[in-house]
Amino acid sequence: MESSGIGIWGVPLAILAGAIRVSTPFIFVSLGETITERSGRINLGLEGTLVFGAMTAYAIAVMTGSPWLGVLAAMGSGAIFGLVHGWICKWPKVNDIAIGIAMMQFGLGLAFFLGKPFIQPVAPRLPAIPLGFWSASPQIQAALNINVLFVIGAALAFLLWWAFRNMRVGLILRVVGDSTDAARAMGINPDRVRLLATATGGSLAAIGGAYLSLYYPGSWNEGISSGQGLMAVALVIFARWNPIGCFFAALLFGGAGALGPALQSVGVTQGYYLFYAAPYVLTLAILIATSSPNRSLTGAPGALSLTK
Amino acid sequence: MTVETHDPAMTAAPAKPASLRPAIEWLARRTEPVAIGLVAILIGLALFSLFILIIGKSPAMLFQLMYTGGFGSWFSIQNCLSRASPLLLTALCVALPARLGLVIIGGEGAVVLGGVAAAAIALPLVGFAPVWPTLILMGLAAMVAGGLWIGLAGFLRHYRGVNETISSLLLAYIAIALMNQFVEGPLRDPASLNKPSTAPLPAEYMLGKIPGMDVHWGLAIGIAACILSWLLIEATSYGFAARIAGGNVRAAQIQGLPVGRLITGFTAIAGSFAGLAGMIEVAAVQGGANASLAAGYGYTGILVAFLARHNPLAIIPVAILLGGIDASGGLIQRRMGLPDATVLVLQGTLFIVILFCETFYGRFKIFNPDLWKRNQ
Repeated sequence: MESSGIGIWGVPLAILAGAIRVSTPFIFVSLGETITERSGRINLGLEGTLVFGAMTAYAIAVMTGSPWLGVLAAMGSGAIFGLVHGWICKWPKVNDIAIGIAMMQFGLGLAFFLGKPFIQPVAPRLPAIPLGFWSASPQIQAALNINVLFVIGAALAFLLWWAFRNMRVGLILRVVGDSTDAARAMGINPDRVRLLATATGGSLAAIGGAYLSLYYPGSWNEGISSGQGLMAVALVIFARWNPIGCFFAALLFGGAGALGPALQSVGVTQGYYLFYAAPYVLTLAILIATSSPNRSLTGAPGALSLTK
Repeated sequence: MTVETHDPAMTAAPAKPASLRPAIEWLARRTEPVAIGLVAILIGLALFSLFILIIGKSPAMLFQLMYTGGFGSWFSIQNCLSRASPLLLTALCVALPARLGLVIIGGEGAVVLGGVAAAAIALPLVGFAPVWPTLILMGLAAMVAGGLWIGLAGFLRHYRGVNETISSLLLAYIAIALMNQFVEGPLRDPASLNKPSTAPLPAEYMLGKIPGMDVHWGLAIGIAACILSWLLIEATSYGFAARIAGGNVRAAQIQGLPVGRLITGFTAIAGSFAGLAGMIEVAAVQGGANASLAAGYGYTGILVAFLARHNPLAIIPVAILLGGIDASGGLIQRRMGLPDATVLVLQGTLFIVILFCETFYGRFKIFNPDLWKRNQ
């Protein structure tokens, strides 16, 4: 019994392991979107950036043999997508939501187009840290085999939370996000700040994509993303534009996705798909409970078109 | 962007025949979207040609094939129209709320639920109920499902202040999960092994082709929906009230317009169109509800609506253009050895450029009706 299984503890362990595995792209995408939205702009095109990042990372990893070079290349491509989005959205009368959807379509198209030759080759995977070394149980070892990117993402969430409060860059970003006029009065160029924030957001989203293609599920194909990029927007609202909130929200979203398969493994097969919907229902319920027709959402950047 | 203060002496001078003046003003106003749109398409095509040149293929050949595959023959045109028909309805799902100032991006959810509702209501009827009432019931069920779904987003917007863009996106994901649950669970046809699906509709219950064409009735329904929507917005008092509310909610409320009911009603109508698109997918294409319902029509519809500037009549040519580009994908793949994603790249490029060119509205004096007034 000791070596063959861990009994009833398998379910929470599987959920935890699944949450950690699935949540990493959510963490990066939502942190990226948080930075963008905190500057007062919304980027709905992160889905395209994420998939393009996944393709770039995989292709570069195949060609150079180094997964980390792949991640770097993905960050570069994501930043370019962010720059394009940010540059277009600074013009008057341009609808940032529609541009986001168009950029998503463009990113997906370009990723499928350029990534066609890379569906067959196998890329080296990103390394994982075997935190379960102390246990003899293979399940625990597998569950605690945590990818480096997850650790980086977690650290980044706390760093961003601190930076938003204490660093000059963070404060500038928040001023621009809360009031374009106040930023101008302080001599800050809001367009430039938003451009850089969108580029940073794009490069983080692309890291999320790199994780998908280089670690879990660890291959490149056209169905690599299951909407992680689109959901970033909901995640950020759920987390109230707070980076640490994003980290836990990402774990929750990942955990909810892992709940179905984990229960299935112990014989509960009903309502499998409804678990996928759980985070969305929860986000919607929280939105309904906390919104009011008379004021904008608490914690929302003042200049964000979405929450006005 | 010049704001003219009229000199009464100048405007009053009747220099030319008075009947010509409104015509020129009208022409100036109407030429602007067409001219900017065409220039945007040309810029988009030029950028795309550059991309094709960089990867070492001939753009001329590509456009030639695109024309042949999308519009060049009767076969291509029918293929193009078939692909355009769901876009007509999903674009309306965005365009109608947009006239009220709402950005709904969750049409995909209404399509999916509409398809499931249609398939579910057909299941007990197939076999003994007559064909046409069954199809009408399926359409109604789909419209109710889609209408409730998107109407909910409108309702929450007005009465709870929940952002409709986000809530409709969330509702789309919930709808897809519900579909998977139904299709894999209670509604699953045991015979569908690899791709879980509801029981297929018998051939006689399928929505047939338009006589003389290889295009299903969905096209006619879509075009009718666009025309009806245009009439609703331009020719009824509801549409007028909606446009006022879209321009300025406060002003509309002060006028005593029922803004809440307008928002809920228009979003519900919009959602019912998208739901109908789902029913047509089931009854004319798939034969049953399955994961193919979430094929992205809802998201492409967003772009169609924005490109048509939320004008229901303009949706028709825009959807046909996109349908044609889409239809040519197979031919480009076969003849030029390019991936089928080529058409996605082209569509994305066109979308981005056209949406970017929105910024040019009002920047060219030649389109300003006031300029023509002054020159009289």
